[in-house]
Formats: sequence, C-alpha cells, structure tokens
Amino acid sequence: MSDSESTPMDIDYASNLARIELTEQEREKFQDQLGDVLKYFEKLKDVDVEGVEPTAHAFSRFNVWDQDVAKEPFSVNQSTQNAPQSRNDQIVVPKVLED
Amino acid sequence: MSNTSIIEKTAVELSKSLISKELSATEIAQAYLDQIDRVDHQVHAFLHRDDEDFISQAKASDARRAEGKTLGPLDGIPVGIKDVISVKGQPLTAASKILKDYISPYDATVITKLKEAGAVIGGRLNLDEFAMGSSTENSAYGPTRNPWDFDRVPGGSSGGSSAAVAAREAPLTLGSDTGGSIRQPASLCGVVGVKPTYGMVSRYGLAAFASSLDQIGPLSQTVEDAALLLEIISGHDPLDSTSYPIKVPNYTSALETSLEPCTLGLPKEFFGDGMDDEVRKAIEQTIEFYKGLGHKIVEVSLPTTDLAVPVYYVIATAEASSNLARYDGIRYTSRSAASTNAIDVYAKSRGEGFGEEVKRRCILGTYGLSSGYYDAYYLKAQKTRTLIREDFSRVFKKVDVILTPTSPTPAFKFGEKSNDPISMYLSDIYNISTNLAGLPALSVPCGFTKGGLPIGMQLIGQAFEESSLLSIAHAYDREHRYGCKAPSI
Repeated sequence: MSDSESTPMDIDYASNLARIELTEQEREKFQDQLGDVLKYFEKLKDVDVEGVEPTAHAFSRFNVWDQDVAKEPFSVNQSTQNAPQSRNDQIVVPKVLED
Repeated sequence: MSNTSIIEKTAVELSKSLISKELSATEIAQAYLDQIDRVDHQVHAFLHRDDEDFISQAKASDARRAEGKTLGPLDGIPVGIKDVISVKGQPLTAASKILKDYISPYDATVITKLKEAGAVIGGRLNLDEFAMGSSTENSAYGPTRNPWDFDRVPGGSSGGSSAAVAAREAPLTLGSDTGGSIRQPASLCGVVGVKPTYGMVSRYGLAAFASSLDQIGPLSQTVEDAALLLEIISGHDPLDSTSYPIKVPNYTSALETSLEPCTLGLPKEFFGDGMDDEVRKAIEQTIEFYKGLGHKIVEVSLPTTDLAVPVYYVIATAEASSNLARYDGIRYTSRSAASTNAIDVYAKSRGEGFGEEVKRRCILGTYGLSSGYYDAYYLKAQKTRTLIREDFSRVFKKVDVILTPTSPTPAFKFGEKSNDPISMYLSDIYNISTNLAGLPALSVPCGFTKGGLPIGMQLIGQAFEESSLLSIAHAYDREHRYGCKAPSI
C-alpha cells in the first residue's frame, strides 16, 4: 500500500465518487474515522500473496444461462410504483440537458 | 390454551399441536399478535405489522387443514421477516430513510417457498440500516433492545429477527448474514441462528449488501426448528446465478439418525486475548460435553484469522458501494427536495437518505475500488481471501467441524461501541472468516453469564455439509435447550 500509506483519504474526492453529499460535521468525523480504518487495513500490507489467485466468490459458477423462454415481465405499474415522481407511466427525472 | 403456553412452544411443538388439532393456526397467530402488543413497545423488534394479512393467512391455513390439504410441517406456523427480504405488497425499508416509502413489487424466492409451505408470513423486523452493523443501533427507525436486558443491544444486523424469537414474538424468523449478522445477534439474544453455505439459499429478493458474502438463514429457539425452516428455504434457484445446483438433504430426518463419533477442531487463534472469561468458561463446558459424548477434540490453527476483519471490510464495503449505487433518488427511493439538477439529485438524495454507517461504508468501498488504490486494497484483499479459504480447507482435512465462541463478549450496552467503527467491527471477529470462505456456520445458546446474559457457541462446517453441522449442534442442543428459556418481560 505504498501509495495510500502516506496520504490520508481525500474525503471530498471519495464522497464525490460515491455521490454522497456530506455535512461539514460528517466530513470531519469521517475523515478521522476512515483514516483509522485505512490504518487498520495496513495489516494486509505485509501479507505475502505472490502467485495467489484472487477469490471473488467462494464457490464460483461460470456460464450460468437462463432458459430461453419468454416470461411475463414486470408490468409498467410494478416498475414505476416506487419512483419518487412519475407521470404517464414514466419516471420523471430532473432536467439533464440545458435549455 | 393460554397465550403464554402457546408462545413458549417451539415451531416443531406448534406443528404437532396443529396436527393434533389442539391448536388452530388462527389461535397461534393471535397469541403472537397479543405478545407483540404486550412487549414490542419495549423490544422494538418490528418495523411494520400487517395484522389483517397475518390473520387471514392463518385462517387460510386452518381452511386447508380442515379440507385435508395441509402443505407440510410449516403450514400455519408464523415466520417473521428481516426488513431486507421482499414480500410482495409489503414495505421494505432496510431500516433506511431512503426506502421509507418502498413497497416490494414481488416476492423473494425464500418467501415464495415459505408461501408454498403454508407458513404465516408476518412482520418486518428491525436491523442495522442495509444490514451494516452489529447492534441495530444503525437503524434509522430506532434500535431494537435485547429482551434479556433492555439497556443492551440485541446484536446485529439481524437484531430484530433475534430479539423477536427471544421475546417470543415469533417462533421462527429469517435473517441475513454477510459477516455474522445472523449468528452474532442469535448469540447475544440466546437463540439459534444458522448461516448456510454460500449458494445454498437463493438471494433473489434480498436487498443486496455484499453479494459474494450475503446469505439468508433461519433463527429459532432450537436447532431442530432451524433445520425445519432451512430445509424449506434452501435449494437451487434459476433467479440467482450464484445459487448452487445441489439437492437439499432432509435436515430434520438427519437429526434423528445417531451421530457417529466425530472430530471437533478448536482454532487456537480464536481462544486468545479479548475473550470474556464467562464466555470462555461456557465454551469449555461445551467442549467437555462433546468429549463426554465420545467425540474427539483437537487443537487446530487458522493463521489468517487476524486478517479476516480487514479483508472483510475491504471486500464488503467495495461490494456495498456498487450494490447501493441503485439507491439514487431516481427510480425507487426518496428524492431530495433540495436537488437542482440531474447530478446533485444523486448526491443530495443519498446524503439525506443514508445514515452515517452506510455513508462511511459506501465512501470507503468506493475509495478501495478507485483508480490508484484498487490493487492495494481490493485486489490484495481478494488474494488474502484465498489464503483464508485455504486455511479452512487444510483444517477440514483433519476435523469435521470447528467449535468457537460466537462472539467474544455477551451483549454490550447501547453507545458502548457506536462511535468507534473498528471496535464495532471486531465484535464479529469470530464470524466473518466463514463468510469469506463461504462455509456454513451456526450459533447455539450454551449458557448464561452470572448477570443473566446469553452466551453462544459457534460451529463451522464444511461447504454444503449442513446436515452434519446441524446434527452435531443438535446433539448439544437437545440436552440443554437454552434457547427455550425465555426472558421475563
């Protein structure tokens, strides 16, 4: 962890990537707490993993195919019933393009 | 029959009472609703109830029975559901504000299976928000209290599921376990909790936290009850591509066959510092019990034990940061009224909707996956995860199961760890390596402290060997039945 060791986490950068807006109070609190957690992660630094394959799943399964059979899809209502704003069977979103 | 004598029964006993017509499903359902009315203002295991639906399911079960069309041993038995598992038409909040208005449009596969078995599905049970935590203090709707001591946490994240069984508000519940979230609360509340082998139970309809680790599992008073419920919910599901195509053994009949002498391993790394003396003493007594039954006890070593917590928090937060990206203020969550454009709607909705621990973990996970840090954190953790799996494989060449305490301490007090994430993370230290290795594990109550707090032992089994794991646990549980002891509330 040579890169991360010397620099504390840039909380503004990371929270922006995660798309989470923080209050000033949270920002300060998390900066310290996550700094401690990253320090704790340094336990992994000295582990020798030369030639070790990574594990993504304990019992990986590959090429899992579904039957090629048409199924009843979700109805429009099922798909939009939980949207915070919807109109004419569609989800309303804030304006994406400028005028 | 009085309410008290109904709710004290195990699921297997309730099932027998239904068969003998001593009780109806409606009487059972009503007894639990009365108990919830009586105690839940103190326990706060439930986030939502639909009493009308609950009673109508029970009546339907009675009608089936009257016509001789009973669907099996679970028909008419109530099952409470952790509020991360979808039940069509019912709310699913994951104890988060961001899902406060969400109604599930479909059933999780485990719910479909329970419905097919005639179970009476009722109640949404509290948890740490999105199952992130070990105390239920992270619920946006207020914590659950431990029925054995209201000043203490029930554990977490399935704290509502464990407290509901302990407080006799439900005979059976479902929880989910990503890094101990069924076993640790089961231990702290004095009930049985099982985390199945990864892939044994479908995750379809479970709000995902860390997809390579999450499993749904049962909580109950006894191992026998857990076996009954596990048998129903297990099995391959085409709707979950990580679900394993394996035949589900008959767990309940496996419990009835006599147990061959087997070898139990005690990992020396688990028995070091940090374990409460009373926990140690209770575990020593269980070891003596197993010796007395003629089983062999050997010391084993899992050298990667102290790496499990950091590996887990790198991997689980990385997966969570990806899974929780779906809660975006657009499709099915609350949306911030303060947002002004298509970009800040995400950040503001998530900033307002998520609680502190969820924010911390999403940010940490995003960081661990970000450019320049991926190799140092995520890839390194995945490789170390391989070493953890290999440790277990080596040990399981010599032993049938591994015996450890479930938690280093009994239930802790509210606020004791909530401002120190690392100390909270360490309360699952005995549990998380089994999720990383995908192995089945369970917690069985094995005594009480002098102060009256429950203590649990954990048994870890080999992959897909739930039958022998449950049988070995049952050999202890049927003689002790600590989970059948109810707190006086």
